[in-house]
Amino acid sequence: MLNREDFEILNTGIIYFDNAATTQKPRSVVNKIVDYYTKYTANAHRGDYDISLKVDEEYESTRDKVKNFINAEDRSEIIFTKGSTESFNMIVFGFMAHYLQKGDEVILSKGEHASNLLPWISLAKQIGFTIRYASLEEDNSLSMENLKEMINSNTKVISLAHITNSIGDVRPIKEIGELCKENNILFVVDVTQSIGHLRVDVIENNISFLGFSAHKMLGPTGVGVLYGKKELLEKLVPLEYGGGMNIAFSSSGEYELKELPFRLEAGTRNIAGVIGLGAAIDYLENIGLQNIHEYELELKKYLVEKMKTVPNIKIYNETSPSGVLLFNVGNYFSQDVAIYLNKFKICIRAGNHCAKMLQEVICSTNTCRVSLYFYNTKEEIDKLIEALKDQDKILETVV
Amino acid sequence: MDVKLKRDAILDNYQNPANRGLPDDKDYRQVNSRNESCVDNITVAAKIVDGKVEDVKFDGDACAICTSASSVMTKELKGKTKEEAEVIIDNFERMINELPYDEDVLGELNIYNEVYKQPSRKKCALLPMNSIKQIIESK
Repeated sequence: MLNREDFEILNTGIIYFDNAATTQKPRSVVNKIVDYYTKYTANAHRGDYDISLKVDEEYESTRDKVKNFINAEDRSEIIFTKGSTESFNMIVFGFMAHYLQKGDEVILSKGEHASNLLPWISLAKQIGFTIRYASLEEDNSLSMENLKEMINSNTKVISLAHITNSIGDVRPIKEIGELCKENNILFVVDVTQSIGHLRVDVIENNISFLGFSAHKMLGPTGVGVLYGKKELLEKLVPLEYGGGMNIAFSSSGEYELKELPFRLEAGTRNIAGVIGLGAAIDYLENIGLQNIHEYELELKKYLVEKMKTVPNIKIYNETSPSGVLLFNVGNYFSQDVAIYLNKFKICIRAGNHCAKMLQEVICSTNTCRVSLYFYNTKEEIDKLIEALKDQDKILETVV
Repeated sequence: MDVKLKRDAILDNYQNPANRGLPDDKDYRQVNSRNESCVDNITVAAKIVDGKVEDVKFDGDACAICTSASSVMTKELKGKTKEEAEVIIDNFERMINELPYDEDVLGELNIYNEVYKQPSRKKCALLPMNSIKQIIESK
């Protein structure tokens, strides 16, 4: 149990096991946002007065924090977006739409989240490039052997999650990054599920582009990050035009756009959100990602051991080295299980977890998902186990 | 009806649903419905002849409330005219959404009169109605 006292909601008896969906927010993040709204509300990059300059300072200091957090080379490589989904849409429709051609191949996997699948599928229909899905091993982790075999002279991009939101397997991004480097392939990484749990280094892993959302790493909703290597980001054509991203324009139809990163941040951004993200990074750095990861692994081990003492439990991802556990209870429909656990104030996720292709692999359309974070405890797991042992009562919740 | 009786009736319809299984018959029109949380997935098939719901069936992968409500719905709508079916559907939706409704037309569907207490279950109960409405309106 780490820093539980910073999360008021955890004192209300709520057992929050849906951290892969969104995490709770520590007081320091909330305070930072409230400060912006109560002490120095102003637009960014616009004013010549003190509070506006204070906004610039806070907003831009988050850019530096993100740069350092992922070890980017230059602060202009960090673009603030609405979240992972927007980041991936910018990568695919702003860059790949001008980069890929008919006959090219993009490698994805069936374990990806919708935001790293649908943009590609949509663009492939327009351009005619081919999407190939790297196969998964028996434990649903990515098959590196298969991935290597798939690479050929047409392979232009590999786009994968660092940690998947359903199986929770951790992809060997260093090894994949090296493969990409050797074969002149762009490496796009969805770090949404890993950014608050494991160190992500864009240089060490040869990452071309990445995207993540602040709300899955203690930050606010509605803000995220797009990272791109400078020479690639320079070629990303803006999807949004308007204020804040141009230098000049006239009725003759001529316009000139700003330099990076501002060119890709049209309109007033989610200023409070960006500032909140900065506080979330400070908080995570303070605890240490390594401590978080180690504690999560300990919790997951405990959870798996305890789950095995409950009858009729089918686990789909026992060995994945992160805090995610996918399971079903006998023939009970996952949503019935989730609603039953809600009676005990236990919050879990039921469904397909936005990874709709995964059902082709694990042969189950719906599962229950527990996803842990550093503020969860073994005592909370014990309460879950106790409730699941009483599984005969699951359907009593229908009325 | 007390809670235990309602629960037993719901569970009976969940575990032994009536009219489950989609017919391979082009006289039936099918509509699939899924709820927004990506979980319940139900297909309803109905044969409507001369303004009458001659037969209704369903199949799918869904929770206890959605599956049982589909079962009860098929039983209540079978044999009704389109107009009668529309009155039942409308009153069922009103009941789930906590609006005034006529319980006399709902028959066994009245076992869902406490679903409103669990807001997350409302959409499950309403899902089969979404499919059947589209079928009835289209003919």
